[in-house]
Formats: sequence, C-alpha cells, structure tokens
Amino acid sequence: MRIAVLKGGDSLERGVSLRSAARIELALTGLGHEAVPVEPGPALVGRLREDRPDLAFVALRGGGEDGTVQELLEILEIPYTGPPAAACARCADRILAKHELRAAGVATPDWFALGEAAFRELGAADALGELEQRLGFPLMVKPSHGGSSLGVGLASSWFEVPAALVSAFVYDERVLLERFVAGAELTVGLLGGEVLGTVEQGVAEVASAAYEALGCAGFAQIALIASGDGPQTIELDPAPDLGESGALPRAAAAAGIGFEQLIGRIVELALSPAGA
Amino acid sequence: MEETPHRRRAPTSTRDVERYAGLFAARTGVMRSSAMRDLMAITARPEVISLAGGLPDTSTFPAGAFAAQMTRIAQESTAEALQYGPTEGFAETVDCILEVMGAEGMLPDPDDVIVTTGGQQAIDLIAKTLVDPGDVVICEAPTYPGAVPVFCSYQAETIQIDCDQDGMKIDELETVLARLDGEGRGPKFIYSVPSFQNPAGVTMSLERRRRLVELARRRELLVVEDNPYGLLRFGGEPLPPLYQLDGGDFVIYVGTLSKILSPGIRLGWAVAPPPVMEKIVLGKQASDLCSSTLTQHFVREYFGEGRWREYIAELVEIYRGRRDTMLEALGDHFPAQATWTEPEGGLFIWATLPEYIDTGDLLARALREDVAFVPGQAAYVDESRGRSSMRLNFSGVSDGEIREGVRRIGKAIAEQIELYGALTGEQEAVPEPARGDTAAEEEDAADVLPFRKAGEGSA
Repeated sequence: MRIAVLKGGDSLERGVSLRSAARIELALTGLGHEAVPVEPGPALVGRLREDRPDLAFVALRGGGEDGTVQELLEILEIPYTGPPAAACARCADRILAKHELRAAGVATPDWFALGEAAFRELGAADALGELEQRLGFPLMVKPSHGGSSLGVGLASSWFEVPAALVSAFVYDERVLLERFVAGAELTVGLLGGEVLGTVEQGVAEVASAAYEALGCAGFAQIALIASGDGPQTIELDPAPDLGESGALPRAAAAAGIGFEQLIGRIVELALSPAGA
Repeated sequence: MEETPHRRRAPTSTRDVERYAGLFAARTGVMRSSAMRDLMAITARPEVISLAGGLPDTSTFPAGAFAAQMTRIAQESTAEALQYGPTEGFAETVDCILEVMGAEGMLPDPDDVIVTTGGQQAIDLIAKTLVDPGDVVICEAPTYPGAVPVFCSYQAETIQIDCDQDGMKIDELETVLARLDGEGRGPKFIYSVPSFQNPAGVTMSLERRRRLVELARRRELLVVEDNPYGLLRFGGEPLPPLYQLDGGDFVIYVGTLSKILSPGIRLGWAVAPPPVMEKIVLGKQASDLCSSTLTQHFVREYFGEGRWREYIAELVEIYRGRRDTMLEALGDHFPAQATWTEPEGGLFIWATLPEYIDTGDLLARALREDVAFVPGQAAYVDESRGRSSMRLNFSGVSDGEIREGVRRIGKAIAEQIELYGALTGEQEAVPEPARGDTAAEEEDAADVLPFRKAGEGSA
C-alpha cells in the first residue's frame, strides 16, 4: 500500500512529530508498504491529489490533532489513521472535552474555563475568590489547546495564579482552572477500543468510557489520575507520541504487541469500515 | 564532482531500532530531547531573527588573505597538510597558542598544551579524564549551556553556584564545599567562565579570582577556566586569568580560536599539569587521534602574517557597536521591571524579567513574531531555575536585526505584563504581589541575579 505519513509542520511540537514519524515510516516499510513522507503546508492538498495515497498516517502533533487535517482528508476521500475529525476536535480542546466527559457521566476533575477577554474586559479577576472556594489549592492552570505540557502549570496559592495564567494564555485564548487531584498519574493506551496491557479494571472502564464519550476510533491515549474517589480522566490525546519514549507504544509493548505490529494494526483499523 | 548514484541503505526494521535501543549505554538516558530543545529547533527557520545563537561574525575576514593563505599551504605543504598529525598538535600551532595566551599575560610551558577540536572537546576530554558517574562537578549558575550536556553525559552530579555582577559567589562556593566535606565528598573540579561569561555576560572580579585560586590551592582542588572571550574586551581594565594568578598548578585552562578567528576551523586547546595532560592525551587519542592538520596549517599561516591582533581589534569594534545597539534597544523596548547585564566584552547579554514571566513560554510567543532567544533554563542543570531570564546574542546579528529582534521580544513581554496587570489589577480577594517594588522582588526571587539595571552605574 502507498501510505502518506503526515509529519512535521511548524507547530511547537514539530520535534515530537518528526521522531514519531521516523519510526512509523520504518515500521510501514518493514510491513511492505510504501511510506511517503508529507509535510503539511500550502501545497498539501495538491501533493495528496497528485500522490493519491491509499491511506494517510497522521503523525502530526500540535495542530495536527485538532481535526483540521482530518477534515481535509475526508474531503479528498483519503482514509486516515486515528480518531475521526470530530473526535480530534473534541479531544484537542480541553474545555470542550471536559464538557463532553461530564455530560456522559465520565469522571473528570471540576474546572472553570475562562477566556482572556473575560479578564481584560469583564473583570474576571474579581471572581477568582469564588473559584478558590470551589476548586481549592493547589490548582492546575492549562491552555485549552496545546500539546505536551506546554503552558500547563500548578498554582499552589493565589500568588501563583496570575503568572500561571500568563503562561497558559501564550498557547490559547481560553484557559481552564482545574481542581488538582492527588494520586498516581496513569496513561492508558486504547487500540481499536481495547485497553492495552494490564490495567486495573476500574481504570480500564473509565478510560473506555472516555474514549467512547469523545467518539474516538482507531487509537488514543488517555491520561487519568487514580484518586481516592476513583479514576479521574484528565485528557485524551488523539495523536499520541509514537516515538521511542511514547506511552502508547510502550503500553503496546507491555501487552506483547511490538511496534511494527502496532503500526500494522493501526493501519488495519483505519481501513476497516467501522474504524472501531 | 563525479556523479555517484546514491546508495540507499536497506530500510532499518523496527526490530533493528529496538535492538539498538537495548544496546544504549545508561548515559544516553540523560541525553533525552526536551520540549525546550524542540522549541529551539524551530529557531533555525530562516525567517526567524535569532538572538539565540552564539555565533561570532566571520563575514569581515578578508577573503583575499584567506585565499592567499590556503594557496600557500597547497603550494608548500600539501602532503603534510593532508596527513595525520601529532595528538598534542603541531609545535607551530602551540607557538600560536602561546602568543594568544601571552596577550593575556599567561606563560605556560609548551609541553602542558594540547590542541583540541574546539574548546568543547577540551571540556569533554577534561570531564572524561576526571569524572566517574556520581562525582560532583561545580559550576556557575547560570553556566555555559554547552557544558551542561557534557557533565550530564559523564553522569556527574552538577552543583551550581550563583553569580552576581562580580561572577561566581565565592562565599556560597565555600558553604557548598563545607557541606560536601561533611558528607565526605568533594568536587572533581570547579568549572568557570570568569570573563564575559556565557550566558550572563558578567566578569569575575579580581578579588574573587584571587580567592578562588587561593581556595583551590589550599584545598588542592582543580579549577577549569574556560576563557573563549578574554581578548574580546570592549571596555574597562583587563583582569588576569585564573591560570595566570595560579601559575598552572591547580587551574586547567581551556582556550579556543573560535571567537577570535573562526569556529569553523574547530581549533581549541587545553593547558594542564603534566600528570593530568598525560591522561587527556590518551583520551584524545581515543576520541579523534588528532585535530585537523589542514586547519592547523591555516592557523600557522594566519599567525605568521602577524595581523591577528588587528583582526581581534576589528572584531572588538564591531561587537562593541552591536552591544551598544542592543543595550539601547533594550532600554527602548524592554519594560521598566526588566534588568540586564552590561557586558564589558564577549557575545552575550543576560536579561531578567519580572518573575511571573516564564521565558520558555515567552519564546513560544516570540517565535510567532519570528524572533528567538535562549530561555534561561538552558543554563541550569535544574530546569526549574532561570525561568524568568534569557540570553541574548549580539555578535552574530546586524544592528538592524538586533533592533528589530529586541523590539519584537519587547512587544511580547509588554503584552504579558499588561495581561498580568489585568489579572491582578483590581481585585481585592487576591493579595497584591510585590510588583512595582523591583528591589524587593529581586531579593525574594532566588534565581534573579541581582544585576543592576543598565545605566544605574556600579559600586
């Protein structure tokens, strides 16, 4: 098969994307496919029309995971790996994702979302006192969009909230302030709807419910915290790091699925009608 | 060039990759890439004005002279210039090195000198010779960002000693040494860039130089003096290098031609006492046998013409102008709350912003304006430090780029300060931070170097 590996771009996570893509290309070649590296840019649509790949492997990060490229691939009728465009858009927006999770009854820490305009034009800073009562300290401050941990900060007192907000607003106009949940940080990989590796049943159930709630398909990586009140979903990554240190490939390896096999399965899932 | 068909290597399989990964030494585990390094990679885009580099200006080197020198080498020494050379370097190269060191008052024994592939290799060879995993290495805070990966790759425990405008704080060094004594440990060496430090641009005072050298002698400790910029002084009185004060018993010296001639020729050197040198030579044999003989021939030709001092004087004029341009631009475009160093030489200015600004995040913002700098955290082993500082380079960029680059960074900072004001401005529930009182803020923030604001003069 001729598979276009979409990678790089000018996002802040270009490096992560390129490292993932390098391994993916090797695996695809090892599986007997023709891997064609493609960088997004103004010529992307023309390039894809000309190349006519049988499949697009989306290895983009930060900008490649918000559904934009997936929408284009749908217009061009090129099948692609990973969750559908709508699920990507939901996962990439932390605030939207939390609303969807809460609506579906999936446990996620309490939060409030605020836009920069609320502070600049509506005096939102005056409401921070109420936020303290509702969320307590410490609390997490995160940009709504943005991969890895860019712009994510922990504020342990009021003094630290404004600085954390300044950092978060670098990456997005909207930020969320989220209750800090103490507990072990867990990363769960799902492949075709199945939880990878040995994961405690309660955690696996919450992870699967989160995957369903956001309409994921193919594969995704879910970050949770094992709190005293049960596992809490923090966020879903529809385009996880598939590089050497990525959590999803490591979870697959622990489950006895080698990297090449993992990539093969992701390709199969992308081409299966259900995409499950 | 003859057309050679490219031989594409047979595709590496995933299994190969995993097999290699199983072979990697433990030390490669501390050589991971970080989000910050990914950000720095983006600064290489051609449209970005990069104040992040550490490049000297090589554009003014006279092309005609370069052509004549290389022609003479070809006409007179082709066979030798294309051959291997001695590990220690050619005696003629060492003579040139002695001339350069002599210009700063140092008179080492030529047998104590080894020619290396850049100053970076000298640092690597010294660490290779002295450091076992878990050994303590002491350096300045902030320190040369290129030294951090060297110490990490030999799995050293690196302890950083704060600097102020007079360089490394020797009192703090003594406290740390006493603590280590109590633990029955001691550092393998103390690494310092005493003149026009990279990244802070500060110079160690004469008094502290004397104290450091005396302390090293009293405790029989090694000091590694890295002095790439010593001859690039724009103002003030020259200070004796540590090596000169010590006489070379407890100071290992690292020099380079990178900043006073060319980094492309990759020629540096180390000067060490004979027992240490013996091991360094063995280390270099294992690393690369010898430094480039071709560029050593070029250096011999270049120094033979006797114009090297004038060339440095020209560079000093260029850099002085660019430093002044940058200082002026900082005054015009950086906020009142910012402080920065006023280097008397070298290539860098270190600026410190209000502590609520994280320069890693600021870089992400600045890259959208196509301008880059080095976030302060790159100069610390503990990456939670240096978060509100940045290193700005003025030597490798034109005056116009300096002005425009600083303007763009200043604009991004102004936005963040304004936002911070909106976030803290008119609420009663939130206690006011100590903003507006810069002096108090500086004392409170552990990582804010107490540099005076430019123009306030010094005591």
